[in-house]
Amino acid sequence: MTFSLDLFSNAIVSGILLGGFYCAIAVGITIVFGMLDIVNIAHPAFIMTGGFIAYFANTQFGIDPLAACAIAMIPAYYLGRLLYRFYNVAFEKRGEESLQGLAFFFGLLFIIEVALLLIFGVDYRFVEAPYIGPTIEIGFISIPWRLLIPLIVGLGLVLVIIAFLSRTFIGKAILAVSQDPLALRLVGGSPVKVKEVAFGLSIATAILAGALLIIIQPIEPSFGRDFIGRVFCITVLGGMTSLPGTIVASMILGVSESLTSTFLGPSWSPAIAFGLLLITLAVRPVGIFGR
Amino acid sequence: MTSPSITASGAKARASSSLGFPLILLICVVSSAVLYFGLSQLDSSYAFLAAYTVLQFVALATAWNILGGYAGYVNFGVAAFFATGVYTSVIIYKTVQWPLLVTIPVAAAAAGLLGLGMGYLTLRLRGVFFSIATLALAVVLNTIVVNWSFVGGSRGVYVMRPQEIILFSSYERYLFVVMLVLAIGSVLIARTIENSWLGRGLAALKDDEMAAECAGVPSLRMKLIATTISGALLGAAGAPFPFFVTYVDPPTAFSLSIAVNAIAMPLIGGTATWLGPVIGALLLGTFQQIATVTISSALNLLIVGVVLVIFITVAPNGIIGFVKDLREKRR
Repeated sequence: MTFSLDLFSNAIVSGILLGGFYCAIAVGITIVFGMLDIVNIAHPAFIMTGGFIAYFANTQFGIDPLAACAIAMIPAYYLGRLLYRFYNVAFEKRGEESLQGLAFFFGLLFIIEVALLLIFGVDYRFVEAPYIGPTIEIGFISIPWRLLIPLIVGLGLVLVIIAFLSRTFIGKAILAVSQDPLALRLVGGSPVKVKEVAFGLSIATAILAGALLIIIQPIEPSFGRDFIGRVFCITVLGGMTSLPGTIVASMILGVSESLTSTFLGPSWSPAIAFGLLLITLAVRPVGIFGR
Repeated sequence: MTSPSITASGAKARASSSLGFPLILLICVVSSAVLYFGLSQLDSSYAFLAAYTVLQFVALATAWNILGGYAGYVNFGVAAFFATGVYTSVIIYKTVQWPLLVTIPVAAAAAGLLGLGMGYLTLRLRGVFFSIATLALAVVLNTIVVNWSFVGGSRGVYVMRPQEIILFSSYERYLFVVMLVLAIGSVLIARTIENSWLGRGLAALKDDEMAAECAGVPSLRMKLIATTISGALLGAAGAPFPFFVTYVDPPTAFSLSIAVNAIAMPLIGGTATWLGPVIGALLLGTFQQIATVTISSALNLLIVGVVLVIFITVAPNGIIGFVKDLREKRR
């Protein structure tokens, strides 16, 4: 193991850049799982769907991957609302969300993955855009644009959602459901309606995160599984309901993974998220920002 | 156990124990003998291999159901426990070369310990954390195996079957009988648990964990026992696998098909009793054996996923629950 300052600082920088991308993949889970207690383990499958939408639009029509997914976020939002409505009627109302609901999302994760596999095959797919390739050099630190864009978009997405939750009526309603769904019903609100909007929002963020993923690296359908540990690790580490916590936890995970892959080899990095998740659950289950 | 919340499950347990243990054992032995000689008549090693795969699913589905069905704690890491068994077997093969019958208990112990450790870290929290942790467990073990060149790393490892095996005319037949015994053993263990204090306690905490604890059910200890037994049986089912496929690499050992099927089969059959996973595994396993010959394996898995989602939506208590509902309506 060789240790050098420029290797170390480059690893830290790329870890922070990676962390920015992790914000985008985890924010949906923080809303849906952390705040609203819907265990959507199919979230990574929606991220992959976003990636393949970007790939399809880019290779077929030459559209920028980010623009393609920004447009796709609108139908994804409504699709998410529909999906939640179905989930609510089929499982939540019957009080069977723990076993059957989990298995439902597991089945969904699986169906989406196999469907993507049948449509796009097992080959690695990538997109073309002007910002993939060039890097900014500051001294001995290099910042590739393909990692800087996801950082900007990822952080921006979380900030927009923080503003949305604290400023708008429906956003405040989401926070209200997260804190006390019974109290919301007592003042005449419908937690189901609010959860529906939040779920739609979460799926929309997953689609955008997919575009960021395919900008960072080529993807293939089974890739999604690597992100299950990551998204839940970030949400739990960040304290379940806290969005600033999500940003901090994303950065911690990004930097840990980057340091590991620089000094131990990239094949070890998938294990980091799980290790962090287990340590958090064993030592401090409420996370760093939890109350 | 006097908790009122378990009376329903208690009645169910009594109903299924109306068949005595010796009778069940007799049925198992007779049907196994019929199966063995029936397959011998076909005179093809493929028939034995196909039957092995179906029986492996019976064992896996039953083992998963001990924790998932009885206690309601969803283990998504079936592939991790299975692969622990597989790679324990590979390690023993590459070092001390013990016979398969000695390897199986060691593999079971390794996977059982894994379950105990995982459970100890996550089972004190809400059930969903356990599920998420098991989901990520497969990824981590996969990472470790890929980086571990002694067990073949990402390139995989070849395993030679022993040349001769006493009492059997071919190694395929021997493997088939081993898996048959494992499957029957798993079912008998599951059935014993179901009718014991452990099964009743698990059923109570599945209904309402808080109420069960207030009534004096030692829920953490019971969950840990169930996780250990379930993990051990999953590992045991993985131990003969290297000799079955003769070439093991991480994608086969951590196959998605194993994880999905082991969860889909009990949910489709019905999770409340030992019979559910058996029915689910026999139906789904046989269907897949036929379907892989005719359609692609990816499409095959897609069908399993869709059937799973349809079942948990439309018939949440599986085939057994569905049949029971039909009977009650007819009255």
